[in-house]
Parts: sequence; C-alpha cells; structure tokens
Amino acid sequence: MKRKCSCKRHIFCLGLFCFIYILFFKMLCGPGERYLPRKMAAQEVQPSETIAKLKLESETLKTKLEEERAKLHDVELHQVAEKVEPLGQFVMKTRRTLKGHGNKVLCMDWCKDKRRIVSSSQDGKVIVWDAFTTNKEHAVTMPCTWVMACAYAPSGCAVACGGLDNKCSVYPLSLDKNENLAAKKKSVAMHTNYLSACSFTNSDMQILTSSGDGTCALWDVESGQLLQSFHGHAADVLCLDLAPSETGNTFVSGGCDKKANVWDMRTGQCIQSFETHESDINSVRYYPSGDAFASGSDDATCRLYDLRADREVAIYSKESIIFGASSVDFSLSGRLLFGGYNDYTINVWDVLKGTRVAILFGHENRVSTLRVSPDGTAFCSGSWDHTLRVWA
Amino acid sequence: MSKHSKFQTALCSRPPRRSTITWAFLPLLHQAEVNASARRSTTSSSRHQSGSPPVGAHVHFEKTVKMTIKLIRDHGQHYRPRMACLKKVEALVIEMQDPKSGVKSFEQKRNATSIPHVIAGQDITAWITSHMTVDAQEAQALGTMLVAYGFIYPLQDPKTLILRPDGSLYRCQTPYFWPAQKWKAQDTDYAIYLAKRNIRKKGILDQYEQERYRKLHKWLNHKWDFIVNQAKEQTRAGKARMKSDRVVFSYQERAYWIVHRPPPQTHSAMDYGVDRLIDPNAEEEKNSYYYRRIIIFRQQAIMRSKVKSTVSLGALVKHTMTYQSHDPFLTPCLPSNPWQTDDDTYWALNMPDVDLPTKMTVERWSYGFYELLRDPRGRADFRLFLKKEFSGENLAFWEAAEELKWGAASAISEKAETIFKTFLAPGAPCWINIDGRTMGLTVKGLQHPHRHVLDAAQNHIFMLMKKDTFYRYLKSPVYKDIQKKAISPAPHNFTDAQLEQNARNRKPGLYPSVTWQRQQKEKVRTTTLIDIKKLMANKLDRQ
Repeated sequence: MKRKCSCKRHIFCLGLFCFIYILFFKMLCGPGERYLPRKMAAQEVQPSETIAKLKLESETLKTKLEEERAKLHDVELHQVAEKVEPLGQFVMKTRRTLKGHGNKVLCMDWCKDKRRIVSSSQDGKVIVWDAFTTNKEHAVTMPCTWVMACAYAPSGCAVACGGLDNKCSVYPLSLDKNENLAAKKKSVAMHTNYLSACSFTNSDMQILTSSGDGTCALWDVESGQLLQSFHGHAADVLCLDLAPSETGNTFVSGGCDKKANVWDMRTGQCIQSFETHESDINSVRYYPSGDAFASGSDDATCRLYDLRADREVAIYSKESIIFGASSVDFSLSGRLLFGGYNDYTINVWDVLKGTRVAILFGHENRVSTLRVSPDGTAFCSGSWDHTLRVWA
Repeated sequence: MSKHSKFQTALCSRPPRRSTITWAFLPLLHQAEVNASARRSTTSSSRHQSGSPPVGAHVHFEKTVKMTIKLIRDHGQHYRPRMACLKKVEALVIEMQDPKSGVKSFEQKRNATSIPHVIAGQDITAWITSHMTVDAQEAQALGTMLVAYGFIYPLQDPKTLILRPDGSLYRCQTPYFWPAQKWKAQDTDYAIYLAKRNIRKKGILDQYEQERYRKLHKWLNHKWDFIVNQAKEQTRAGKARMKSDRVVFSYQERAYWIVHRPPPQTHSAMDYGVDRLIDPNAEEEKNSYYYRRIIIFRQQAIMRSKVKSTVSLGALVKHTMTYQSHDPFLTPCLPSNPWQTDDDTYWALNMPDVDLPTKMTVERWSYGFYELLRDPRGRADFRLFLKKEFSGENLAFWEAAEELKWGAASAISEKAETIFKTFLAPGAPCWINIDGRTMGLTVKGLQHPHRHVLDAAQNHIFMLMKKDTFYRYLKSPVYKDIQKKAISPAPHNFTDAQLEQNARNRKPGLYPSVTWQRQQKEKVRTTTLIDIKKLMANKLDRQ
C-alpha cells in the first residue's frame, strides 16, 4: 500500500517537473524553436561564413590600398638622388675605447651635452661615462641581469634602465661621488615581461617603454602612473624611437612580428604600419626631419620607410652581408645611415643613393647598439666584446 | 634509445634531439621550480648563465630532475629568436662545396690516414672575394663568421675559430652538424660525447672539459647509465667503420662541440641573447577579430592623405642637402672635431648660454622655425626680438603649454590654472590672441584639465609664430645684427706634438646637472621679467 502511494506521488512529481521544464524552455527558446541542438548547429555555420566574408573584404581593401599607393609611386629614391653628388672616401677611426664593463654591452645612450654616455650590460651594471676623457662618472648595479634598455634624461640629471626585471627604473644622478645611486632609485614602468627599450620624451617627467610582452607604454615618472598603452604588435616589441618633429606626438616601434608601427601618443592608436621585413626588426630610427624612418632587421637588410608616401622607399642590403643588423642610426643631415651588425662589423650606407660607403672593423663580437651623438660629431657603438667605441 | 641509434648513420636529416625526460616533467614541476627559484641567491646569477646548479647540491632524484629543469631559465620566455642568417649561410656553404664552381679541395695525409675534401684558408678567402665582389678584409671577416658558426672547421688549430688567409687547412662541416635554429645542443649529447672520449682514452679531456664532465655527472646522474651505455654503443659502432671515416667523424664532432660548448675565455657565435616571450614563428590566429582589425586599419589607411613620391622624396633629398654642410661627417666642423683633435673648443662655442654664436648656428636658425626654437640660444634671440615687438606672450604661452604637455601628471591642474590666469582669462596680464572657437574649446577643457588640453591653442599660436613672426624675425635688425656679430672660427691646425698634448689635457667639462640648474634659473628670471613688465604696463594703463 505504501508503494502504491509513493508511485502516485512519483508520477505526480514527474509530471509537474516535465511541465515546468517545457514551460521553462519555451520561454527561453521562444516560439518556433524546440530543440537546442538545432540552434547550436545554426550558430556553428555562421562564424565560418562571417570569417570568409571578412577575409574577402580585407583582401579587396588591400588591393584598393595597393592601387592608391601605386598611383602615387611615380619615382624611386635613387632616381631623385641622381643629381646629388656622390660621397667621397671616408676615414672613420675609433677615437675612444671605453673599457670597464665585465660583460656584454647591451645598450647605450648619449647625454644632451654631447660627450657623456650611459651604457648597460648583461651583468646588471649601468655605467655613466664621460666619453671624451673616458672617465667613469657613475656606476649602478641593477638587481637583475640583461639590462637591455637604458636612456639618458634630457636634463642630464637622471638615467633610466631596465631589462629582465620587467621594470624601468629611474636613477637621479648626483654630483656626490660617494652617494649610493641605488638608494634613490625610482621604479617607474611595470610590464609583464622583459623591457626591450626605453626613452625619455621631451622632458624628464615621462618615459616611453617597449616590452617583450608585445606592448609599448607611456609612463609618468613622478607617480609611476601609466598614461597610455599601445597594443597592436603580435609578438615581442624590440625597439622604439620618438619623432623629432615639432608636433612631437608620434613614435615608431619595431617588433618580432616583422612589423614597424607608427603610434599616436595621444590616442594610443596605431596610425601606420609597415610589414616588408622578412625577419625580426631589431632597431628603428627616425630620419632627422621626422618624415621617414629606417629599420634594421635580422634579415640583414636596413630599410627606409617614407611616412608621407606610406611605403618603403629603399632597401640597404648586399649579398655579402648575411648577418642581421642589430642597431641603426642616421648622421645629422640624414645622408649617412650607420648600421651595427651581428657579424662584428659596422656598415655605413649612403641613404639617398642606396650604396654602402664604408665598412668598419674593430669589434670582436656582435655590435649590439649604435647611436650618433646629439650634435653629430661622432657615433658610439657598444658590443658584446665588453667595450664601447666612439668613432669619428 | 632509438633516436640515438640513428646518430650512427650520419644522415642529412636531423632527428629531433629534445630529451623527452626533461620535457615530460616540465609542466608538473614548473610551480616547484618557481618556488625553488625564489629561494635561490642572486649571487649564483653567473652560474645561471651556464645553467649549472649551486655547487654542493644534494644529489637526490627529485632535486636533480628539478635542477635539470632549472637549466631552462624561466623569465617566461621560451622561444629562440629567429636566425634568418642560417638559411643564407647554408646556401653559401653549399655553393662553396660545388665541385665545379666551388672552392677547390684536395686530400690531405695525416698520421697515415688521408682526409678528403680539405680546403685551404687562402682559397676560401679568394673564392669569397671573387664570388661576392668584396675586398680581402671583408672576405676574411665573412670567412671567420662561417668558421665561428661551425659551417667550416679548422683542422690544425681546432679551438681558435677564425679564418686564416694562408695555407691553414679547413673542412666543410657535414650538414648533420650544422647549427639549427629549432633546438639547442643538448647537455645529454654533450655528456655522451665527453664520455665517449673519456672511455676511449683516459686523460684526453682538457681541464675545462673535465670540470664540465664532473658537473654533468652530478646533475645528469639519474640517467648516467643511459649516457655511458650510449657512449659505449657509439664507440663500438664507430669501430666497425673505416679508419678514415672514423677520423673524419671525430673531427666533425669535435668541431661541433667547440662551437656549441666553447672553451673558457672564448665566446660562442651561437649565443643569441634572451629568448622571446611569444613564438616568433607562430602565426596569429585568423579569427573574426583579426580580420575586423585589419579592415578598420586598411580603411583608415585608404582615407589618410598620401603624398606623391616626387614630393615626399624630394623633401627628403632637400633636407639632406640643406643640412649637408652642418653634418660633421660630411663637412669638417670648425674649428675642429673634438673627438679627432681632443680640443673641445667646438663645444664651448656652441654652449646654450654663449654670448655670440657661430655663423653656422645662426644660419641653421633660418632653416625652420622649430630649429630656431630648439636651440636655446636661438630661442633667446627670438625672445629678444619679441620683446622689442611687445609680443612676447605668444612664445611664453607656447613654452608654458610645452611644459604642461611634457611635465609631471601631478602638476597638471596647477599649471593649467596658472596658464589660464596668465594667458587666457579676460584681462589677463599676457593675454594671447587666438580665435574665438579655439579659445572657447580651451577654456571649456580647462575645467577638467588634462595633458593635451592646450594642444589646439598651442598649435594655433605655433602656426601664427611660424607663418608670420618668424619671417619678420629673419628680416629684422635683431637677426641681421647677430648674423654680423656671429663668429666664424678658423680651423685648427695641430701638429702631432700638439695633438698629443691635447690628449693629455682633456678636461671633464661642466656637469650636465650644473648646466641644467643654470638654465632653470635663467628661465625663472625671464618669465618673471615678462610678468612684472606686463603688470606694470597694465597698472600704468589703468592709471
């Protein structure tokens, strides 16, 4: 008898449950839709169709863009430069050799006073030199190894550096020799992976950094606040350079995704992108007028990109140059492009004519960094052979 | 086991070399390793470079496995950077080995065995010189790189990886031992190699090899039996071959390990620096977000105004030609380049607070308004001109806006208020004349000041100064006066003895912080000067 009662109760509960279930799904699916699996199947068909449509649209836009560019592409750089006089023979020698790092020199930067240099190395040491007298003025030991980025502040009163610690730290320099610089260190930038490059903007108060996590960021030094971040690279960002022009609101960055992107610092948007290299871009540098920039890459070429025409205008390569360019910089007029390569040499290119004018030997290991001094009187190259050389 | 028996048949195809043991344990013990790394001392950083554990570590199965994994230094980056050079070098080396057009090879008799396909250093250099149309020095440098990467190895002095352009003997490395981008030379293989040599003849290992052998024994202890068995098997298999083959193989193997495990005080060309975070060879997933992003970007690129190449390239060429005479690499700077003659007169003449600038500097000011503003001496001259014209407020506003834009975030609201009171408020002491719309926008924006709030007004003022005031300045008596007074230094003509003396007397010069403080004081002085004058003028007007 008890069983009979429980059966009835069971059937009643089951019936109630079914009723509620159907009601619930009717409300969810709406009229006309009964089975969930059918709806999911319909959704699966849609994404691939949309992707195909999007792909087609992007391809048509690409062809349209190429057509527009081709219409404006009426002359080559070396043709315009035909009337320019060729350069004579160059005699560039090592004028100073700065020895003091115990390990690979990874990065260096000039001070605005045209003679001081800050350099950083693999063992965590950051040294400030007076390159003219070859004296070491300050030395800081970072708590991390592989300090891949260092920069001198425009005032000359501070240096910024960072590397595998994922941070960019600013050290104010003091005239007191005995003062421990590490005590006044200020941690400014925080990335989620190694810092590959950093640069002060027009003042000591802002720093622009690029990182292995694929982003660049603009920071306020005093508060450590993130002012703007720049997303768009699909792989590690290896280098950046700020535009020298009067508007001064853009910068270019190059990364392992073979792209060089030009960014607007105010909005954080990528305004132009160039993807013609065949390998990682190790270094980007603006042309002195700010209307073009050069890039050096692992595919052993340096290329010049014109920002106003929105295309690549010159390739600096030679059959005998096989190893990647790690660092490039322009001379003051923009006529010469200096490139430091992984085959221990420095090649000097005629920017307008596209030919090589000189090859400089001297380093015993990779040239990792190369910068021309602010007044263009010399350039300094740092190498994995633990030394820096100033050439003039 | 099977993959190592393939090692015997020195094939062109390369079997994967990853040791399955370490990789299998990696995900499980990653967290443990991260914990362990937190306890590691920072002084062992130099040993981390070679990947060895602290000396005196307990030899314990778990810990040795962890220590092996510690070799994979974890900063989150695991991908080797691209080595685009390897493909090109491979193509070059294959061309070199071409029997008709390559480097001519010969047989060399050595210790009663004859080694085939030996090439001489001078032949390599000559071939590179003719094949790539370069000079001898560059050919030698390129050849040295080929030796450093292990594509060619020396027979006579195997540890010195340079190309000697004389009769020194070299051989091309077999493709099996070419450097590969995909994987690193494994410690296990190195241990097998050292064990083989040790077994063959005790005491043949060098000092540094013995030390490494001991270290490897410590932390590959868990698979030491495997290593010793492999070494014995390979030695046995080697004995079954012809003597000349065996000798050649031993040279090849030795050369490979000298490149990938260089002796102390030398560097390996295979050293590439820091790993990458994101796989450089991975393709970005092409989903709808990717395509939408590309579409937006391309639409913007089409809408953006582009310039004809004749115009933009012409501008580049013009810029270069204008500045050519100012480029110290192209035209010798006067009086002399400080780096070449050790005399820093050039810098002294171009200091920002110098009384009389040089003719070159003054000429440069006329090239563009921003050139004038960028040079502190030029800006001072321009300020003098504006003072005479009673329109100093434009430049003062521009400078104040620059300071706001590039200054500290905390000072923005304070600076914005000062600027409003000084330049923009009706009846302000230095009221600037901008059009009503811009003024309205700026004043509205100043209620919630941010870094770029003055951008519109600043651009307007800059354009005004550039298009009007600048040209008047260039025609003004102030500029003509400074042009006349500017000095034209005579080029130095030092004798060798004088040059040596200059080198001895290099002065350290002013510290940048001292110069900076001076500049700041000067700036404060000039700005207060303007304010006081205006205030006085206003007071007089009202009276």
